[in-house]
Amino acid sequence: MYDKDMIAKIEKRRKEWETTCYEPLKAKIPEREEKFQNLSWNDIGPLYTPADVKDHDYFEKIGFPGEFPYLRGVHSTLHRSRLWTMRQFAGFGTAEETNLRYKYLLEHGETGLSVAFDYPTLYGYDTDHPLSRGEFGKCGVAISSLKDMELLFKDIPVDKITTSMTINGPAPVVWAFYIANADNQNIPRTAIGGTIQNDVLKEYIAQKSFIFPPEPSMRLTVDTFEFGFKEIPRWNTVSISGYHIREAGSTAVQELAFTLADGFEFVRAAVARGLDIDTFAPRLSFFFNAHNDFFEEIAKYRAARRIWAKGMKELGAKKPRSMLMRFHTQTAGVSLTAQQPEINLVRVAIQALAAVLGGTQSLHTNSMDEALALPSEKAVRLALRTQQIIAEETGVASTVDPLGGSYYLEWLTDKMEDDTMRYFDRIEQLGGVIPAIEKGFFQREIAEASYRLQQEIENGKRVIVGVNKYQMDDEIEIPILKMDERGEEIQINRLKKLRADRNQNKMDRALAALKKAAQGDENTMPYILNCVHAYATLGETTDVLREVFGEYKEPAIF
Amino acid sequence: MDKKIRVLVAKPGLDGHDRGAKVVARALRDAGMEVIYTGLRQTPDMIVKTALQEDVDVIGLSLLSGAHMTLFRDITEDLKKNNMEDVLVIGGGIIPEEDIEPLHEAGIKGVFGPGTSLDDIVKFIKENVKG
Repeated sequence: MYDKDMIAKIEKRRKEWETTCYEPLKAKIPEREEKFQNLSWNDIGPLYTPADVKDHDYFEKIGFPGEFPYLRGVHSTLHRSRLWTMRQFAGFGTAEETNLRYKYLLEHGETGLSVAFDYPTLYGYDTDHPLSRGEFGKCGVAISSLKDMELLFKDIPVDKITTSMTINGPAPVVWAFYIANADNQNIPRTAIGGTIQNDVLKEYIAQKSFIFPPEPSMRLTVDTFEFGFKEIPRWNTVSISGYHIREAGSTAVQELAFTLADGFEFVRAAVARGLDIDTFAPRLSFFFNAHNDFFEEIAKYRAARRIWAKGMKELGAKKPRSMLMRFHTQTAGVSLTAQQPEINLVRVAIQALAAVLGGTQSLHTNSMDEALALPSEKAVRLALRTQQIIAEETGVASTVDPLGGSYYLEWLTDKMEDDTMRYFDRIEQLGGVIPAIEKGFFQREIAEASYRLQQEIENGKRVIVGVNKYQMDDEIEIPILKMDERGEEIQINRLKKLRADRNQNKMDRALAALKKAAQGDENTMPYILNCVHAYATLGETTDVLREVFGEYKEPAIF
Repeated sequence: MDKKIRVLVAKPGLDGHDRGAKVVARALRDAGMEVIYTGLRQTPDMIVKTALQEDVDVIGLSLLSGAHMTLFRDITEDLKKNNMEDVLVIGGGIIPEEDIEPLHEAGIKGVFGPGTSLDDIVKFIKENVKG
């Protein structure tokens, strides 16, 4: 970007500045830290100049938004034409309670829905399963059948609003509930849009809501890819997720590297099935965390786009749409403090700003009370308002990639890309993503990083305001969400009635057909849809797959 | 005390959040205790059986899903039935203030929320474990 003479001059002046200006002052007034390090333990220098990005070919490395390598953004107009989708992850108790929360959020200006399911649902168990004990509706809504899905979206136009569903192990079944709900309202399948998380690889690595072993899990995922581009063209059939990897304790670099490695693994699996890369790749989406180190987060999103674009090109993608990385962002749940919970509002605002400056397509802002319980109405409204202020008051959405060209940011973006490539090499040496999972590689890397960070918090090297610095003797208390205590009973009675009322023969036939399809190599999605339409429950449908595929158990390492 | 304190770090229920459990397990090991980690998705029955087999002095429960009021209490009741009330039971996770007292009453001697220092947990165990 700069001619050689200019760079030489800058490098020379930089050295002079260091000896005549920087070092003397530092000797007089020592810096606050001996070493400044970001959350990936990279050393951060006092100053960056064009010399730190001297090898940049602007067109190759940076370019223009909406064009390869998409570093600056996936669209040419980005947030100037359409703001990111404000999508608050929500769900608790019964479908009825959560339906009211969705309507509340939509009334207050939310522009997309995002479903949080409870643990039984995440593992493909009905509310009345013995292992569901104590978990009903606790960290999400319980959806055990099509009936529940109908209630969840009652009076919500699913052809007008997009919905994201955080569901992985039993993703095909829960997606089928959503599709069947639209079918029953005579809404064409081409009119519904949204996302299923459906990223099983990161389940083994971090989130741990896996059901089946990796191989059949990947087969189900590719089934959804294939069914999706044929039948539900507006659906993102996977949201390749770094969020949970980060929450489990990884660094930003690990989040970036492991997520993209997973992404390429999904692509290879689909190509191995014989699918054309340019048919399914446009429906792949991503999901990242927005943590505390502001610039590191922005660099992470930008690097992710460039690595993905280059990698997809190498894997044979031809269409631009296959190379551009669209992603959702959620602010870092793990950064929230139970101490002085109101200050979480400030953390969330800064994290959300990083996501927007990094060019996110949709955003969830955490509520201030989430280190204590699920969010109250007031807390979630404030979280949503935070996004609205960023969007409409700050001016940051007026231009595309406003921080592009910052010497520091570009240097950091390059560094994160380089570090990611090194991780790719290590994963390849282990035989690829799945063997690396089976060897516990990712899990160990994450556990190391999280323990190291925790020790630095313990010894005060890392400051957490309100926790290890600026504590208060009298803790601030805020009101927290109360759920309807009769919820579990309502749900169990509904399940009983459903089982009594449905056409048992029709359902048995549908489950038997699914079993046969799962044992063979047919796409399972149409069979799952038949089960769901016959009001087979989540547990009953998933049990068929459990029977055929078996269950995965991970080694307990710490 | 000459004998090493034996601790079972356990994840009851379906909750998959294991960051805290793993960090605490390592911290207790670094503090000289013998640590057994159950891994995920343990029923109260499985946890009590493991505690019995491994002859532990302490059970550390970690749960972030909100199911603590049911599952923690299931475990302490199971321990009573097995005459294992001498085992020190502590728990951590996303636990609202108002749940802490009822958990104490149910036999969860220490409840540690987000932001707890690892040192505090180590100290608590050393001071409360029955030799």
